[in-house]
Amino acid sequence: MAADPDATPHPIAQRTDDSRATESGTVLRLPVWVLATAAAGVIAAALIALALLGGNSLPERNGPPVEELAVERTVLSPGAIELTVRNTGPDPVQIAQVFVNDAYVDVAAGTDPINRLDATTVQLDYPWQDGQPYLVSLLTSSGVVIEHEIPAAVATPDPADAVGLMALLGTYVGIIPIALGMMVLPLLRRVGPTAVRVLLALTIGLLAFLAIDASIEAIELSGRSGGAFGGPALVVLGAGLAFLALTAVDRILRSRTKRAGSEAETGLRLAVMIAIGIGLHNLGEGLAIGSAYAVGELALGAFLVIGFALHNTTEGIAIVAPLAKHRPTLVQLIGLGLLAGGPAILGAMLGAAVDNSELSAFLLGVGVGAIAQVIVQIAPAMRTRSGQVLNPATIGGIAAGVLIMYVTGLLVTA
Amino acid sequence: MSAPSRRKFLAGGALLGTAGAALGAGGLLDTPTATAAVGHGQGHGGGINGATFAAGATVDHKANGFNPTQVLRDFDYGRVSVSSDGRTMREWDVFATDKDIEVAPGVTFPAWTFNGRVPGPTLRCRQGDLLRVRFVNNSAHPHTMHFHGIHPAEMDGVPMVGRGVISPGESFTYTFDAEPFGLHLYHCHVGPLAEHIARGMYGTFIVDPPEDRPAADELVMVMHGYNTTFDGEGNQLYAVNGIPFHYMHEPVRVRRGELVRIYLVNTLEYDPINSFHLHANFFDYYPTGTRLEPTEFTDTIVQGQGQRGICEVRFPKPGRYMFHAHKTEFADLGWMGFFEVSE
Repeated sequence: MAADPDATPHPIAQRTDDSRATESGTVLRLPVWVLATAAAGVIAAALIALALLGGNSLPERNGPPVEELAVERTVLSPGAIELTVRNTGPDPVQIAQVFVNDAYVDVAAGTDPINRLDATTVQLDYPWQDGQPYLVSLLTSSGVVIEHEIPAAVATPDPADAVGLMALLGTYVGIIPIALGMMVLPLLRRVGPTAVRVLLALTIGLLAFLAIDASIEAIELSGRSGGAFGGPALVVLGAGLAFLALTAVDRILRSRTKRAGSEAETGLRLAVMIAIGIGLHNLGEGLAIGSAYAVGELALGAFLVIGFALHNTTEGIAIVAPLAKHRPTLVQLIGLGLLAGGPAILGAMLGAAVDNSELSAFLLGVGVGAIAQVIVQIAPAMRTRSGQVLNPATIGGIAAGVLIMYVTGLLVTA
Repeated sequence: MSAPSRRKFLAGGALLGTAGAALGAGGLLDTPTATAAVGHGQGHGGGINGATFAAGATVDHKANGFNPTQVLRDFDYGRVSVSSDGRTMREWDVFATDKDIEVAPGVTFPAWTFNGRVPGPTLRCRQGDLLRVRFVNNSAHPHTMHFHGIHPAEMDGVPMVGRGVISPGESFTYTFDAEPFGLHLYHCHVGPLAEHIARGMYGTFIVDPPEDRPAADELVMVMHGYNTTFDGEGNQLYAVNGIPFHYMHEPVRVRRGELVRIYLVNTLEYDPINSFHLHANFFDYYPTGTRLEPTEFTDTIVQGQGQRGICEVRFPKPGRYMFHAHKTEFADLGWMGFFEVSE
């Protein structure tokens, strides 16, 4: 049947046309907002009816209440332990008594049950000793025991006291290594286009390693507190939002660049995008450092600084790689460095003040999304004249980048 | 808490022995020192003053239906009559019930009980009496009463022997002679046995010798625990006579120089042994109470589950004296109390 559609319309198509004609005719034309309100009203009414009637049509859960608590923060001060506890389960939980290392302790835990997703603080009068492990057992009103382990008790630093220290730490691990990395810029100007492409490939390798490393860390962190706020999904959410946001920023910058039309601007735009991506990554990294400091896990020292210099200097190289062909002003360079390194300071301060594993996981996820976006940004710049992105030189560069991160990581762990 | 990889990497710096001085962070972390418990005013414990429940909190004895202070001196001699052969006959009605008990302030334990209390009633008689214990099972679960003592097999209160298991709604009268004299116990013997006992189904059974023991202020102390998580791997709470830490708030009041006789029974499930230690005083110990001569003059004794013995002590000086399990973990989890000795 190869009939001419114009001459003999398909019956169904015809009917559709007819109905459209009636709708757009005269009588039934309602404003969109009326239709939307009506639809929302019908859905709401159905949901309410379902909640009232449907809920009663099902039997109650026949098991005991499900009691889950996650300890979000532990603050140790001389003779006292304070826990911030969140209910991550479906049912209310009442903490009745608490024992630490098999001894009941005087506790102030509030007299009301903690509802789902609500949090409370539990104050324990306990003469803990520096460096020792403790097992805190929360005995609920139904006799369930929820345990929280303190691997090594260390007095929690006052966040106010830690501000200066965290700023210094952020500078050491964020700004200084990046500034060092950016110093290769004069060298970059002297090398040919192939070398620049390899360097960009190297940057992609470095970033890919960072993204995967941070993803693993973020997913591990996200499961720590019961996953009431989504667990690993929180990491994906952070990454997805960051990727979209940075893509939007890129499009805005790109439209401006087009107007200016200079190649130098394109390089600077790429550098800014990389700096933002690395900056978001460093925010998550700074947060992890601050949290580690807060729980006494952070080994402060010269080695920390040297380790980060090795590890993060490469981030500085990544930022200046697209600038090989231009002469950015000193102010621009300082701005790029602060954009990439500054968030480490902010993250460290935040991490020392709020040791929250879910926030850390989310922000690490943001870093991952940002890095992924940056990789997408850089990739076209590796293109040769013949249009190839992946050629032996760039593949070698990517591999070298991954290896450098792996090896510097190993060195500092040893 | 497991550290994320980056933290491990950071901590790794310490292994290379680099001092923290580089960042000028030295001395930021003060070594914590214990602070004295801040004035809760009453009772004992908290911080360096020892284990305690949340300050000021006690259980609702009225709702529970029993108070450990009353359990101490509550001896149930039964309804006394003379049997057809001229002996003293004692009859009791004991009811098994399921009951929620506030075993620690704010903590509810779904107990299985004899006469609605943990431990069950202290049944007391004299050697040679004829005993008739009418057991009514008002619980939703099958139970028995298994007495320690000498009696016929069909009165032993175990499944598949004699009447065997007493199902919910049924009753049975255990009839036997009181022998031998001494300190005994009874408990449910239905499977799973550990759970039936751990849920609270135990009590003291005293058979007095033909001639009375010397006059004394007599006390019953049943050592036991609550496995509130029902994991069968130990207890979250330890107690004497039902409520952990109770005698810290309400000390056992006795008189200076007066003979005090403690009928001490261990029914603790899941833990292999229990113990009893008295501060600043010594007692004569009569294992199982079946001899009238003490075997030991001591301040600490150890009992396995089902072991029991009589402690006789005179407090020469007034004051407050602790008593507790000398398994410190049990003491810190509730098994501790005070004697208050007054003139």
